[in-house]
Amino acid sequence: MNRYPLWKYIMIAVAVVISILYTLPNFFGESPAVQVSSAKTTVKVDPAVMARVGQILDTAKLANTGLYFDQNGPVGTVRARLQNTDAQLRAKDLLERELNPNPTDPSYIVALNLLSASPSWLTAIHALPMYLGLDLRGGVHFLLQVDMKGALTKRYDSLTSDIRTQLRDKNVRNAGINRVGDTIEIVFRDNESRGRARDVLRDNLPDLQVVEQNAGADFKLIGSLTPASIKAAQDSALRQNITTLHNRINELGVAEPIIQQQGADRIVVQLPGVQDVAKAKDILGRTATLEVRLVDDSPEAQSALAGGTVPFGLERYSERDGRPVLVRRQIVLTGENLQDAQAGFDSQNQQPAVHLTLDAKGSRIFRDITRDNINKRMAILLFEKGKGEVVTAPVIRGEIAGGRVQISGSMTSAEASDTALLLRAGSLAAPMEIIEERTIGPSLGADNIKKGFDATLYGFIAVAVFISVYYMLFGVFSAVALSVNVLMLLAVLSMLQATLTLPGIAAIAFTLGMAIDANVLINERIREELRNGASPQQAINLGFDRAWGTILDSNITTLIAGVALLAFGSGPVRGFAVVHCIGIATSMFTSVVVTRAMANLWYGRKKKLTKLSIGTVWKPTKV
Amino acid sequence: MEFFRIRKTIPFMRYALILNLISLVTFLAAVFFIATKGFHLSIEFTGGTVMEVAYPQAPELDKVRTVIAGQGYSDFQVQNFGTSRDVMIRLPLQAGKESAAQSQEVLGALKAADATVELRRVEFVGPQIGKELAHDGLMALAFVVIGIIIYLAFRFEWKFAVAGVIANLHDVVIILGFFAFFQWEFSLPVLAAILAVLGYSVNESVVIMDRIRENFRKYRKASVTEVIDSAITATISRTIITHGSTQMMILAMLFFGGPTLHYFSMAITIGIWFGIYSSVFVAASIAMWLGITREDMIKPVKKEGDKDEVLAE
Repeated sequence: MNRYPLWKYIMIAVAVVISILYTLPNFFGESPAVQVSSAKTTVKVDPAVMARVGQILDTAKLANTGLYFDQNGPVGTVRARLQNTDAQLRAKDLLERELNPNPTDPSYIVALNLLSASPSWLTAIHALPMYLGLDLRGGVHFLLQVDMKGALTKRYDSLTSDIRTQLRDKNVRNAGINRVGDTIEIVFRDNESRGRARDVLRDNLPDLQVVEQNAGADFKLIGSLTPASIKAAQDSALRQNITTLHNRINELGVAEPIIQQQGADRIVVQLPGVQDVAKAKDILGRTATLEVRLVDDSPEAQSALAGGTVPFGLERYSERDGRPVLVRRQIVLTGENLQDAQAGFDSQNQQPAVHLTLDAKGSRIFRDITRDNINKRMAILLFEKGKGEVVTAPVIRGEIAGGRVQISGSMTSAEASDTALLLRAGSLAAPMEIIEERTIGPSLGADNIKKGFDATLYGFIAVAVFISVYYMLFGVFSAVALSVNVLMLLAVLSMLQATLTLPGIAAIAFTLGMAIDANVLINERIREELRNGASPQQAINLGFDRAWGTILDSNITTLIAGVALLAFGSGPVRGFAVVHCIGIATSMFTSVVVTRAMANLWYGRKKKLTKLSIGTVWKPTKV
Repeated sequence: MEFFRIRKTIPFMRYALILNLISLVTFLAAVFFIATKGFHLSIEFTGGTVMEVAYPQAPELDKVRTVIAGQGYSDFQVQNFGTSRDVMIRLPLQAGKESAAQSQEVLGALKAADATVELRRVEFVGPQIGKELAHDGLMALAFVVIGIIIYLAFRFEWKFAVAGVIANLHDVVIILGFFAFFQWEFSLPVLAAILAVLGYSVNESVVIMDRIRENFRKYRKASVTEVIDSAITATISRTIITHGSTQMMILAMLFFGGPTLHYFSMAITIGIWFGIYSSVFVAASIAMWLGITREDMIKPVKKEGDKDEVLAE
């Protein structure tokens, strides 16, 4: 009765081997690496850059032990792993020289970094080490609250100007269009024009919902955004803020920044290894600015450009492909007037295009400028860190009124979305505020790891020794099952690429302490069956069977608590809950299946078993 | 080895009344302390700034206090954290002042007084977070309680579910009572510990209930009290061994885990011991007061032969 079919043993063996494989990367530590990321929003890091980095290193005979490309949102990063810190420093200097021909205006940031030192065959099967939380590795954590009201106000402002344009185009007379809080109030003199306006708005602005209202002699329409479009506006604001943050943080050269949405209107930013909070905050809060200026392509300017001089009243900038261009000093428009930039398609020829939306003031200026400068070029410049760069310089084909601008021409749709992104990157869609901030020094992180690890180890040894002494061989089975449990727990956490935090380590310890419960239940049950006179083989069988129901019940109640923590917890609580829940699952498997397998393997074939090594089975003497 | 050589069933339920009175008194004391003393909440709940700094030699806390008071703070705390060389400084929220500026200023002042000071950690929590955390904490507690009641009612019977949950909620209140009485810092990890230990001590009640149900089936003639007594006696060995093992892990954390895990382990420790007490003495006796019967536990199963039959005459 105490036999397992072969497949069960094989299944357990396979599970253990897989667990070992996936736990392994955690023990290799880290080796030096260099990281190349973009220094400007206009420079993109892609696999081509990786090839170039590899080539530069090869030419200098600097052997790398791995080249990696990572795409995190819109931001790409190339990392090269090197053998030692000496090679790391040489590689950094070399790459910096080769990739940035002009050191005063670098296109790439080359930073020192650490990468997992596990061999590439492990990386190839996606066996990666767990990610360490900030409390274990040191760094800065921010929680930013996005001001959604601000984002909506912006949206309403642009909607107001849209309504104005629509009504003027369709010749609907009105007596005023104003944003009143989170509604738009349109006043009419008569009911007939209100009816027409209503139809026009319904047909052209699907995001708007209007209700009629009469106040004295005035006929009013009260417009507001539909719930769906409010949600869309908020989502896009949040996305844009995250994108902008990505671009800015990238410049810090942080190894693995985390920028994530949390809840409906919050963003978590974690910068491992960064200690300078003031600088990090400065970078998070800074805005790049966008400017529209006219390009001077006159023959005089061209010859000056060729001669390397810059005439008075002009400035020299380079386009994204590196060609120099002379731009007037006078600023036509700034990013403040730009409400939105989206990639899309030309409505006539289906060519990729970028659609810009300007506010009322911007539209007026833009109409005047375009009317006076037909067939000339205008440049849109992005200023970051005091340096400007031309994002795009299209030719003005005609007068553009109404504030809706389209830039199209010979661009691919990828280029169109890049340009739109850059234009939007100039500003945050909605203001943000830091509502939580945590800085953990690197020495504290190292301390925390050591303490957490030591505590778990000592506790584990104490429990294993005690259980082996108290239950003899069955105790040893339990202790082995417990170590398989740790192994599997670590393997699952590594596979999920979960973040290990100090509360997570505490959860490992607590889960182990609880996992032994199932083994105690089983062992006590076996003793009890022996006490009641069952034969050893029967006792094993009954012990496992009868304990199973209880083990299931008690683990499910614990799991309920774990799930509650996972659902409602944030930050440290969540780190605890993830490990706790996974630990419950792995402990059920190891304490029931793995222990049983060991007991079966040891005792199962012995037909004439008279005694089990399960410690003293004390029988009360009848009084 | 065998620690427990129990000759006959221990009549636990004979002392049910007195044990329940003890529980009630402890419970009321805990409620009293929570009400009068309140909690020493961590900044996660109150908002504010916490700084942890380390000195090469143990500094005089009074000097550190003078330096910070010199920065215009009145309501702040300075205390040792872990070792005598580590100092934790808690600053209140200041309206209109940036958190970074706050910690930079204080660190600057400390550095001016003693250049060897090293910043270990800064934590700033805005005022809006605290309320949410308290709300989420209560939601989690409600979820756990309701979840466990539903599960136990489904697996056993409502009287057991209610008894189990009352017993274990009484543990939670007592843990909170300890935190209020000693004014230990109540932080997010402590909250996690309390909820986890709630799930854990329900285990204990489940094990005993399982055994009560089994004994109801086995000993058809025994009275309800005898059945409960025998169930507790049969499981007491497991109870002590299991909790002892868990406690070993937790003690390791208490002693070696450093200050961050200290109160976390403390909460679990109290939870473990009161968990045993309440599962053994409180849960079963509440179920007894609620009038548990054999019929509650063993649902009569209709047998094949019991069917009504219509036969042709």
